[in-house]
Amino acid sequence: MPYNLTVNGKSYAVDVDGDIPLLWVLRDTIGLTGTKFGCGIAMCGACTVHVDGMPVRSCILPVSEAAEKPVTTIEAIGDTPEGRKIQQAWLDIDVVQCGYCQSGQIMSATALLAANPKPSDGDIDAVMAGNICRCGTYPRIRAAIKLAAQG
Amino acid sequence: MAKRILALTLGSALAVVGLVAAFEPIRGHAETSGGGALKGAADFASIADTKERSKAIFAEASRVLTHPRCINCHPATRSPTQGEDMHPHVPLMIAADSSMGPAGLACSTCHGPENRGIVGSRLKSIPGNAHWQLAPESMAWQGLTVSQICQQVKDTERNGNRSHADLIKHMGEDHLVGWAWHPGEGRSAPPGSQAELAALIAAWVDTGAECPD
Ligand code: FES
Ligand code: FES
Repeated sequence: MPYNLTVNGKSYAVDVDGDIPLLWVLRDTIGLTGTKFGCGIAMCGACTVHVDGMPVRSCILPVSEAAEKPVTTIEAIGDTPEGRKIQQAWLDIDVVQCGYCQSGQIMSATALLAANPKPSDGDIDAVMAGNICRCGTYPRIRAAIKLAAQG
Repeated sequence: MAKRILALTLGSALAVVGLVAAFEPIRGHAETSGGGALKGAADFASIADTKERSKAIFAEASRVLTHPRCINCHPATRSPTQGEDMHPHVPLMIAADSSMGPAGLACSTCHGPENRGIVGSRLKSIPGNAHWQLAPESMAWQGLTVSQICQQVKDTERNGNRSHADLIKHMGEDHLVGWAWHPGEGRSAPPGSQAELAALIAAWVDTGAECPD
């Protein structure tokens, strides 16, 4: 099936089965490999992208549901005001360890800040619980979100 | 000697059983494969006392209300449970004020308007419905007895101000309630059907909406 995807403001015409997860199309068809595959079953958050401004787990989102809607990935999240603040805070705090989970962490943190500009510790934990980090960077993630919320 | 051989044989037989148990595949449930039949109102006709009949009808309907597909989203705390064994939702999720998740992590981050199949995983699908959300706090059912659930269902202070007629309609027509019988691959469905549940609730109302003791 042909689908028109709008990813990071650019149009892509892809010809794939409608039930293929968006993640596979982003990585394998379009070639945007910043978004990571962790679990494939919506449990780790590594594949988080924004569709229509809302965070979604792209590993389980059929591409047919993302067609004709704006998709934002880690490659362009720095173009949004919240994304820019989050990425700067990530650098300032030096959050990243191995980095594998971090695209998803940044996409979720940006969604949090956009929905809740001054999140409490509880707010941060509630939203970021959906993103697993095998390196255990959680304390730095929380600190960086707080720093981003100030700036 | 004979004894020793017997013990050995028994020992290895047990070990084999253990191995088989350990490697038993996670049992899947085909979609709408059922929790079996739900009794209809007619099955309770032999109970002469109307009050007692009403109680028995609710007890039968409660087989649906307490089924994991229903009660997982009527948790005791404001976090949903999951699966046939009703374990805490993975990842940890909270209802927040909206009943649809905290600002920045809505239920819809993972749960779409339809069930979503997954290929190549023990988890066969992610459940979904357009109205996916937790029941309100006043409708927490986990940890309650069937009698207490019944009281809650009738109590307009705690049931979203629903009349008895509203209850029949809600159980019989609500799209999210109906999802329970179409739970997606890998999940069991409650007994009966949505229409049969609505008929039972209607019969319960007709007999005075009495609650089991
Ligand atoms: S890869 Fe999508 S949530 Fe883990
Ligand atoms: S930084 Fe290594 S998994 Fe998170």
